[in-house]
Amino acid sequence: MRFLFKTSYEQDINIAKHSGYYWSYGALLLMVLAVPHFMEDYYVGQMTQLYIMAIAGVGLMLLSGYTGLISLGHAAFFGIGAYTEAVLTGNGLQLPFMDEPLVFSFFVAFPMSGVLAAIAGIAIGIPALRLTGIYLAIATFAFAIIIEEVLSRWESVTNGYTGLLVESIYVGDLDLTDGTPFYYLCLGVLVAVILFSLNLLRSATGRAMMAVRDSEISAQSMGVNLAQTKTLAFALSAGITGLAGALFAHKLGFLSPESFTVLQSLELLVLVVVGGLGSLHGAVFGAMFVLALPQALAIMKDYLPHSIAEQPGFEPLIFGLILIFFVVFEPLGIYGRWLKVKLYFQMFPLYKKATFKRQKSYMKSERLR
Amino acid sequence: MLEFLQLVIGGVSIGCIYALVALGFVLIYKATEVVNFAQGELLMLGAFLAYTFISIFGWNYWVGAAAAIVCMFFVGNMVDRVVLRPVLGQPQFAIVMVTIGFGYVARSVAGMMPGWGTETYAIDTPFSGQGMQIIPESMGALVIAQTDLSVIVATILFCIVLYFFFTYTKLGVAMQASSQNQLASYYMGIPVKSVFSMIWGISAAVAAAAGILLAPTTLIDSNMGFIGLKAFPAAVLGGFGSIPGAVVGGILIGIIETLSGFYLPPGFKNVAAYVVLLVVLVVRPQGLFGEKTGKRV
Repeated sequence: MRFLFKTSYEQDINIAKHSGYYWSYGALLLMVLAVPHFMEDYYVGQMTQLYIMAIAGVGLMLLSGYTGLISLGHAAFFGIGAYTEAVLTGNGLQLPFMDEPLVFSFFVAFPMSGVLAAIAGIAIGIPALRLTGIYLAIATFAFAIIIEEVLSRWESVTNGYTGLLVESIYVGDLDLTDGTPFYYLCLGVLVAVILFSLNLLRSATGRAMMAVRDSEISAQSMGVNLAQTKTLAFALSAGITGLAGALFAHKLGFLSPESFTVLQSLELLVLVVVGGLGSLHGAVFGAMFVLALPQALAIMKDYLPHSIAEQPGFEPLIFGLILIFFVVFEPLGIYGRWLKVKLYFQMFPLYKKATFKRQKSYMKSERLR
Repeated sequence: MLEFLQLVIGGVSIGCIYALVALGFVLIYKATEVVNFAQGELLMLGAFLAYTFISIFGWNYWVGAAAAIVCMFFVGNMVDRVVLRPVLGQPQFAIVMVTIGFGYVARSVAGMMPGWGTETYAIDTPFSGQGMQIIPESMGALVIAQTDLSVIVATILFCIVLYFFFTYTKLGVAMQASSQNQLASYYMGIPVKSVFSMIWGISAAVAAAAGILLAPTTLIDSNMGFIGLKAFPAAVLGGFGSIPGAVVGGILIGIIETLSGFYLPPGFKNVAAYVVLLVVLVVRPQGLFGEKTGKRV
């Protein structure tokens, strides 16, 4: 058991709570850096996919986990990022007064896809300022459906349901969007995004976001500008999700609007809820869960009676059940479970179950009357 | 002009379905402040139950439909008792996630049930394909199909029944009371928890009715519940906590959707409802009939 002695106020907002963090996360980083050297290509690809989902998860976590705004439409930002990347690096940007379309290199297009998604985020964030809770969820949901329709109907740019091929990115002779180089690219973006979020969350802005989550009214009374904080949260969240979308475009190599449906939005939401709302670890754990579940089910199917395993609805059934079980029994998600296990071993013979006991709460009405 | 009227009639008919689903949302939201994202799935389950009773068991249409509605009442009741009650008091977000999870489960269970499966089915209805002519052929023919008429009449009937139920029965008044102030009604001796279960039951029954009425138009399959998503714009347009608002909103959304499908380029039909939704949320977040609410500190 480690006891933390706080000797200065800065210690409260340090990135690492104690020096052990550098060792454990350093070791983790070394491990993931070594992955492509001793794993098969298939698993490297899966890990890449995991990083992309985790980036999107971090994006949604900033919004839903830390600012408390629910979005049922994050697949829209994901899609905007993916299509921006594919169009800018592929056919290029064609403006009416230009003869030649302007094709961008990856290193320009990639940030641009994030920026464009962030702008879309601001666009949906502004009506969101007047909305709370459930209305906001419905508004983002409507926005996502409209974007999905735009992606499938705006055929001159997105090619509709025919699909859009995504060009590979070459730096010299090296194909940056394939295999090991792409693995390192996604890992680099993920680490950058996590470090950015960590720093954001310990800054005044991040703490304002959390204050908004816990109570809008008390945040406002403490001088937090609600409109500014919420819009910023939307923009950052959408931007990060857009970056994930851009990487996803290269991972898929072929885009069609079917990849960015409402179900995809729900999957992202399930990712943050199951991973653990309100922790960046949760985004990574959730991405692992979302990717591992179909594989685990595929393995499980071999051991189940044929009549159950071969049913088409098997996977969504388990998905739904796990979602319900997590919300009912483990609202802190996988990360919450991890904390409990860790504490159990730290305290070993003295672990008290009540440490994490939820406070009994009563439903608070949001209505005045 | 007649063409326009014909479209409006079609729009009203599909709007009535939206209205019935939205009514289910509103009932639950009003009483428990929970938004049920699985309302469409309840509709789908109701339609499948009716299909089982009518087409598989060979019962009379009316008996089968009534049985399906009664069954769904108990299903809704059970959903509240088993799934919703453990999360009562948690943030609204958690409850939304639970209903989404229940939607997943319901959809796949319907797909796995023997005899239901993932194919599409039809129910034999007593409503013939022939329409009723409002304006005779000689003056330019304005026809209302019997299925459309059945939807409209049933919606009106349901609204009247619900109105009388909420205004005049003891249980209805208890429900109103617990929707206005849970704590106070609990002190007055109303068993708030069972009232919530009852509300869920009624809401599921209304959804089942909508499913049965919808069956001749769209056929029954395990994904028909996605129509429930169209009821969100209806509920928001009417004001989320208002029962007449849900009906008016549903009908308006139905009309807007049908007209935009006809007069605007393809693609607009699918998004018209959601564009309306966003505009309403920006311009008048409390909807047409909703009262302006503040937040309690």
